[in-house]
Amino acid sequence: MTITLGIFYFLAAFTVLAAAIVVLGRNIVRAAVALIFTFCGMAALYVLLDAEFLAAVQVLIYVGGITILLLFAIMLTSRISSATAQVINDQVPMSAIAAAGLLAGLIYAGTHGIAAFSGPPQLPETAPFLGRALLTTYALPFEVVSVLLLAGMVGAIILARKE
Amino acid sequence: MIPLGHYLILGAILFSLGVFGALTRRNAIAILMSIELMLNAVSLNFIAFAAYLDPSRIIGAIFAVFVITVAAAEVGLALAIVIRLFRNRATANVDEAASLKW
Repeated sequence: MTITLGIFYFLAAFTVLAAAIVVLGRNIVRAAVALIFTFCGMAALYVLLDAEFLAAVQVLIYVGGITILLLFAIMLTSRISSATAQVINDQVPMSAIAAAGLLAGLIYAGTHGIAAFSGPPQLPETAPFLGRALLTTYALPFEVVSVLLLAGMVGAIILARKE
Repeated sequence: MIPLGHYLILGAILFSLGVFGALTRRNAIAILMSIELMLNAVSLNFIAFAAYLDPSRIIGAIFAVFVITVAAAEVGLALAIVIRLFRNRATANVDEAASLKW
């Protein structure tokens, strides 16, 4: 019981620290590497929530795909000489107020709302149930999202190619 | 056992960090990373709700799968736009590409 809670606190602190480096770090390559650690911490939290399939998908797509793509784009667009340039704009105070207000509202809703009367975790979710649901009840959203991916792929190729 | 509120507070912290980064960063790729952080916080909330509130445990996981798919499509398109912007303007900072702003 308490061991699980300790693991949760460790993972939460790890993820929040890595996310803070992503958001506040000056070096963008370092921020991208911290993003990898954030995603890994998230995957571990998914395992803690008994969603092992989603944890594997998280590592495959976010860590293996999206972050590598981001690193490629960083190397294609940023110059080494611009490492000393200003990385944040001049709306920091307003943004801090907005983010802090949002945080306060979300924490209030999370602790006083639906969480107050939630029961213990239910039975584990497994990949076969997920696959069956995707091909029966949720077949239409599944097909629509595949069209979305195709459109995104075609659009990315057309946008990025040379004329 | 971990209370559901812990997951919600963690998701709120990560989402707020993402909002702060998306509002303050100048580099378009850094803004994109902050948006990925926000999407991930939302997925965490969906999965936590599925684990604690939904007896079938399927709907939250389905939502998380779709969030991941949309994030993948979004990042591909956005990086194509950033590379295009860099080719045309020689910058990846969003406040230097403000010719549509009056």
